[in-house]
Amino acid sequence: MKEAVDIGSNPSTEPDLQGLLGQVALGDEEAFAGVYDAVAGPVLGVVRAVLRDHAQSEEVAQEVLVEVWRTAPRYRPDRGTAINWILTLAHRRAVDRVRSVDAAAARDHRAALLDRVPEYDEVAEHVEARLEREQVRRCLRTLTEIQRQAVTLAYYRGLTYREVAEALHLPLGTVKTRLRDGLIRLRDCLGVTA
Amino acid sequence: MTTIDLHRLTGAYALHALSDDENVSFERHLARCEPCAQEAAELRATAARLGLAAETAPSPALREHVLRRITTVRQEAPGTVGGPLSARDGRRARLLSRWALAACLAAVAALGGTAVWEHRRAEDAGERAHRAAGTADEIAAVLAAPDARTRAAELGDGATGAVVVSRELDRAVFVVSGMTHPPGGKVYQLWFDDAGSMRPAGVMDPRRSDQVVLLRGAVDGASGMGITVEPVGGSREPTSGPVALMTLPA
Repeated sequence: MKEAVDIGSNPSTEPDLQGLLGQVALGDEEAFAGVYDAVAGPVLGVVRAVLRDHAQSEEVAQEVLVEVWRTAPRYRPDRGTAINWILTLAHRRAVDRVRSVDAAAARDHRAALLDRVPEYDEVAEHVEARLEREQVRRCLRTLTEIQRQAVTLAYYRGLTYREVAEALHLPLGTVKTRLRDGLIRLRDCLGVTA
Repeated sequence: MTTIDLHRLTGAYALHALSDDENVSFERHLARCEPCAQEAAELRATAARLGLAAETAPSPALREHVLRRITTVRQEAPGTVGGPLSARDGRRARLLSRWALAACLAAVAALGGTAVWEHRRAEDAGERAHRAAGTADEIAAVLAAPDARTRAAELGDGATGAVVVSRELDRAVFVVSGMTHPPGGKVYQLWFDDAGSMRPAGVMDPRRSDQVVLLRGAVDGASGMGITVEPVGGSREPTSGPVALMTLPA
């Protein structure tokens, strides 16, 4: 579990995860336990950031992790690293869950989210210690205020860009642009390559 | 939406901040625009870093649950995402897990005889009930067979289907949900595809959109199955183009 956060930030550990996933693709349950240990923390973190509710987050995280097992044979290393693949899946499922709740609950949820706009960086708050987190925080600070709010609302709250526009009282076009140039700046600061 | 507008959506796309419709049209755009696809991949990877930064320690119970559950979940076959051929474009298809098969079994048990329907003339109720129960048993046997393999497909118009084959038992079961009703006086007929020649494999109940059907006859090396719309009672050979074609799992 200790090494989990280094995967992705430290490229040397990534091939291990990739290798493990290759074994998982062949039905190796033991290798899956290794994948679990490497990714369960980040997966739960992503899901929980979006869903907030702990019980629901564990439920969705469980679905995601089982889906990793189920679809591992379809993972294509040439399309991106294993951790990216898994965290993209986790974020997608969390966002799907947020958007699938019934209309009334969704409205409440959205209202609650919008109330919380000033606290956009609280997710990053309770994870101080880690290098990865520090680096992401540092890079988030290089964004303009609007870029940062737009990106964090979309990613950590699962808002659509329309909802982000509503929350920040910005035109749709501006939000589209800010999400893109904010992420580009973040990419360059973190030195991310696809 | 103009191309320039679309190009600006890479950020929102990477953050899953598009509506479903926009997502579909953007992915279509990505397939044609290599620089956009490259940028989208990089921004996805960047978003994943935001995810890594949010790591939370899961409870030990989660590990236990997940590791237990995967022992009962069947994995997808590599590279067979679109393996089955739908009548429309090949789309994401999910293979049924053992869990889903268990759900099918439960459904078969709950539906009893009504899950399977054959066009027959007058028949005494007792015999019909007997036959239905026998069919349900056969369906259960195929779904539970150790060598059962599943191939699933989206069939268009929101319908999804899965065909489960046991080569050992030489039988196949078709599980479908969300099927639109056939036009009046018509039924959906199932076919085994023997290297291009269609062999009748029974008809579906025209009144049900969700059903589990035991294909009639042995699989006998068939490579695929098809569905056509036929007059009530079925035809000896297809009289219309296929509504769907699926490759049978090996």
